[in-house]
Amino acid sequence: MGWFKRLKDGIQTATRNKKEAPEGLWYKCKRCKETSTMKEMKDNFLKCPKCNYHARIGSYDYFDIIFDGTYTELFSELRSKDPLNFTDLKPYTKRLDEAYKKNDVSDAITVAHGKVNRKALVIAAMDFKFIGGSMGSVVGQRIANAIDYCIETRTPLLIISKSGGARMMEAAYSLMQLPKTSAKLTLLAKHKIPYISLMTDPTTGGVTASFAMLGDINIAEPEALIGFAGPRVIKETIKKDLPDGFQTSEFLLEHGFLDFIVDRKDLKETLSDLLYFFDETRPANAS
Amino acid sequence: MVFLEFEKPLEVLYEQLEKLQQVGDEGEIDVTEMIKMLENKIKNKRKEIYSNLTGWQKVQLSRHPERPYTFYYIKQMCRKFVELHGDRYYADDKAIVGGIGSLDGQTVVILGQQKGVNTKMRQYRNFGMANPEGYRKALRLMKLAERFGFPVVTLIDTPGAYPGLEAEERGQAEAIARNLFEMAQLKVPIVSVVIGEGASGGAIGIGLGDRVFMLENTWYSVISPESCSSILWRSWDYKEQAAEALKLTADDMYEFGLIDGIIKEPMGGAHSNPEEMAKMLKRHIKKAISELQEMSEDERIDARIEKYSKMGEYSIISEEEIVNENDKK
Ligand SMILES: [Zn+2]
Repeated sequence: MGWFKRLKDGIQTATRNKKEAPEGLWYKCKRCKETSTMKEMKDNFLKCPKCNYHARIGSYDYFDIIFDGTYTELFSELRSKDPLNFTDLKPYTKRLDEAYKKNDVSDAITVAHGKVNRKALVIAAMDFKFIGGSMGSVVGQRIANAIDYCIETRTPLLIISKSGGARMMEAAYSLMQLPKTSAKLTLLAKHKIPYISLMTDPTTGGVTASFAMLGDINIAEPEALIGFAGPRVIKETIKKDLPDGFQTSEFLLEHGFLDFIVDRKDLKETLSDLLYFFDETRPANAS
Repeated sequence: MVFLEFEKPLEVLYEQLEKLQQVGDEGEIDVTEMIKMLENKIKNKRKEIYSNLTGWQKVQLSRHPERPYTFYYIKQMCRKFVELHGDRYYADDKAIVGGIGSLDGQTVVILGQQKGVNTKMRQYRNFGMANPEGYRKALRLMKLAERFGFPVVTLIDTPGAYPGLEAEERGQAEAIARNLFEMAQLKVPIVSVVIGEGASGGAIGIGLGDRVFMLENTWYSVISPESCSSILWRSWDYKEQAAEALKLTADDMYEFGLIDGIIKEPMGGAHSNPEEMAKMLKRHIKKAISELQEMSEDERIDARIEKYSKMGEYSIISEEEIVNENDKK
């Protein structure tokens, strides 16, 4: 296993530190349209200080919120390819180049290993800004590697989903990431490594129909859109308006698909509690 | 006979043939030779058309109204078959059918999406678009097979999982995800065959297998060409381009290593000789099952997971390149 040797040899991707809130910038809430300073927003766990709207945030923002101080990014050497030579109105390679320029992440998921109140956790966090958080081969492979890493190091896994669905430009390769990630998760389960799935706004399509729904614990941020089909497609199919609150976290909780909903300010402590319950190194948990 | 757009030259020849036969029936002129020539011409024309099909043409063929569906194959392949109903939680989905049958003596659980054969039945079968209870029925049958050591055969033919309001309420995504998780570690052999349309999550929801085949004129992708056109081209008019771009044919899928084999169709497509098609399908399924039965349970599951773990195309950049990228940020 290439990556594991690399880690042992101490060759690894740079350890990151928490980002400082940029001074003097303003945040305008998408929902209540009120304005706050970026600092106020950052101090409020990147939620709107006025209405508690959970803004869509990036992979590194989640690492900052959840991890104690520093963390180590894993598998950042994987990059998307263009196996189909795909061109629609734009070549896929061009879409990728634009996505690299625009974003701090190198694909729609980023994996890191760090500590949560001193307990080890691997987080694979998706990022909607990278081609709509779409799942292509790199997303699948980073998850597969993260699972191998978790088994090797006996570390719990948290996947934070945030995806518009498939990476259409990778067509069937994208589709095969559903069986791939689901099959890998059976290995994690076999080794009794806990897997927590956190669904955030939005979690739809192939991501929902594979790893996002397969957590030992399934949780979500408030008012996130979570579903298989997108609301527009459903509306066109049934030719009726959709009820209020359809496909929200609260709707999924009500229908039995979530264990609970967690406010972003409580996320770290909640995860810390879960990690405590599952911690196999605690003497009381020794079987 | 139903002729697709690209089969128009054939339709013209068949019309000529019919007229000629009428003349022959009147008995005034001997047309035997002419009929023979025309039949030969039809044969060659069909060969010409069918040896150069585009992606979009194969999509059309996969949806041909006369194409055999799951029940047809089950009845042709299994001398005995009993249909089993219901998911035991909510309902009996009519878009996914299945049961227990015998392939020349070998008991199998066989299931698949079923499309309707006429307007009324198409409605009844929901056009082969399953609700969560369909996927849960499929899983129940697979677990039954596992308990008794019967191989599982799944036949895929769907334009997608049903995107409805109640499907979401009952957890369409969870149902498909659960099937993938359970199929990955099912103890008995799984052979899956795309017999028509293999559209996205709705197809893969019963499509994870030790051996996955596609019939020659079927398609398999993450989205239909029509929807791809509407999203990426922002218009419904680019379905032909989308079909090419998605590389969704059996040949493409085999070349990418995403399926294990292609099952040839009779010249003119599965519907031109359904009995022959069913025979070929049965031969492939039986061969795959006996190969898989040679392996131990653990070997089979390990190989299955390993096969899917390898699916994906990506590149690996060097340490130096990563550092350079990080410096830029
Ligand atoms: Zn607000």
